[in-house]
Amino acid sequence: MVALYESLPLILQGLLKGLAVILVIFPIAGASSMAERKVSAWIQGRPGPNRAIPPWFAWIPILGPFLQRIGVFHLMADGLKFLFKEESVPRHVNRLYFVLAPAIAIVPAFTTVTVVPFGAFLDPTGRVIPLMLAPVDVGILAVFAISSLSVYSLILAGWASNSKYPFLGGVRASAQLISYELSMTLAVLPVFLWVNAPGSAGTLSLARVVAFQSQPGFWGGSWFLFVMPLSAFIFMVSLFAETNRQPFDMPESESDLVGGFHTEYGAFKWSLFFVAEYSNMIIGSGVFTLLFLGGWNPLPWIPLSAFAEWTHLADHPVLLGAVSILFFLGKVLTLIFVFMWVRWTVPRFRYDQVMRLGWKILLPLSIANLIAYAIGIAFLQT
Amino acid sequence: MAVIPVERKPLNFVERTYLPQVLNGLRITFRHLLGPKDTMEYPEERPAISPKYRGVPTLVKDPNLREKCVSCQLCEFVCPPKAIRITPHSIPEGSGREHVEKEPLAFDIDMLRCIYCGLCEEVCPEEAIVLQNQYSMSGYTRAEMVNHKDRLYEIGGVLPDSHHKWDKKKAAEEGSSAHH
Repeated sequence: MVALYESLPLILQGLLKGLAVILVIFPIAGASSMAERKVSAWIQGRPGPNRAIPPWFAWIPILGPFLQRIGVFHLMADGLKFLFKEESVPRHVNRLYFVLAPAIAIVPAFTTVTVVPFGAFLDPTGRVIPLMLAPVDVGILAVFAISSLSVYSLILAGWASNSKYPFLGGVRASAQLISYELSMTLAVLPVFLWVNAPGSAGTLSLARVVAFQSQPGFWGGSWFLFVMPLSAFIFMVSLFAETNRQPFDMPESESDLVGGFHTEYGAFKWSLFFVAEYSNMIIGSGVFTLLFLGGWNPLPWIPLSAFAEWTHLADHPVLLGAVSILFFLGKVLTLIFVFMWVRWTVPRFRYDQVMRLGWKILLPLSIANLIAYAIGIAFLQT
Repeated sequence: MAVIPVERKPLNFVERTYLPQVLNGLRITFRHLLGPKDTMEYPEERPAISPKYRGVPTLVKDPNLREKCVSCQLCEFVCPPKAIRITPHSIPEGSGREHVEKEPLAFDIDMLRCIYCGLCEEVCPEEAIVLQNQYSMSGYTRAEMVNHKDRLYEIGGVLPDSHHKWDKKKAAEEGSSAHH
């Protein structure tokens, strides 16, 4: 099967990969939106959406009612509703950019998926081969570069809507992105300083970071979350801000800006913004997992290769790959749950508080963190 | 009113980061996440209704399954929104209830007009019309929202009766006629 895939023309391979991204990310994003509703309901002491069920599922004895209780069919009904709703475009908008904005939101969100490794298997010589769609060595740089583009969609949406609240939402989105991008990048730098020891080949690859966290020994096997807790914390907070999640959802701010940048949007265009937001969350959680939570390693100090040795999965690359994807996905979904959990716990910051937190606290903190780790790493590695 | 100046304690460093508070909040929300839910899932679960509840007006029968209403039309006259309409009818010979004054041929309560005031129940000399604990009325048309006689008896059911007014009256009549 692999040989057949390799023999396909390059364009067809690319198309297949793109299709794989859409087929995987869309359902996960949809399931996340359902999980969001369920988690919010449970936290507020409600059972959440649990009514919709197509008749032929109601005939299945135990599974049918269970699926109904967890609201699976509400998700489908929602998706269908968005597809068939009237696509209304207000008369006062700049039509071209108004239609373009949701598409621009989706593109970077789906493009970053390709450079994120999501699993690994062992080749016959015992080397760990990471699974990723586009094996590029610039890894984290590509993620940062492309994901920053997603703010253009918010700005474009806010501006093209040609009304006050979306405009304010767009302005806030751009200000917030600039403020938090800095501390996010600075928080990640110590990790790569540590990984790129003098003498070894320089790399920005995310898979290399995971390989670094799977070395034997106490320091080698510990996840970067334990080695660099402050970096992880700053990265996490910036991630909340970058993905426009509560308590940083300045561009949206339902209570003071109606819906922010998507006030004028409806139907499928609106749902594209939503899918983009969730896939940004998924990518963000994925990058956090790779950088600080040991990627596809099952537990700290237990790398995937050791796990394969114990379970004798080393000779079954496909099975081991699937298991490693499960480990990775489990961590990502846990992080997404944390996103939701925080959203329904912490109230939203005021705009000036967001700016103060970004510029006066997180940025100096991340610079101090970088300097401290740079000095420490310099002492350790030379 | 006395003004009590309260000294505001300055926050210490840990408190100023807000992190302990956020963590505490996460702990509380997680407890709620796992805890019991407060929602009553309505059509399947129903709230307990007090017997004093003033719900949909209904017609009731006595324990002998005799319809209590005698078509005196007092409720029709007292009804403020004129929701009740009664067509009186004399009781046919040979039915065994000729001693009762009359019976309603038709008894309609328009639930789109009814204001649930309970005056009909209060004015009824026969305790035949009772506002019971039914609280949900729905229909697709105006005609469906009019409760006819059979429907009124269906939701009214049988209520206990300690007077047996008409039975006593019949017994008294028969006793006196035996004297003559």
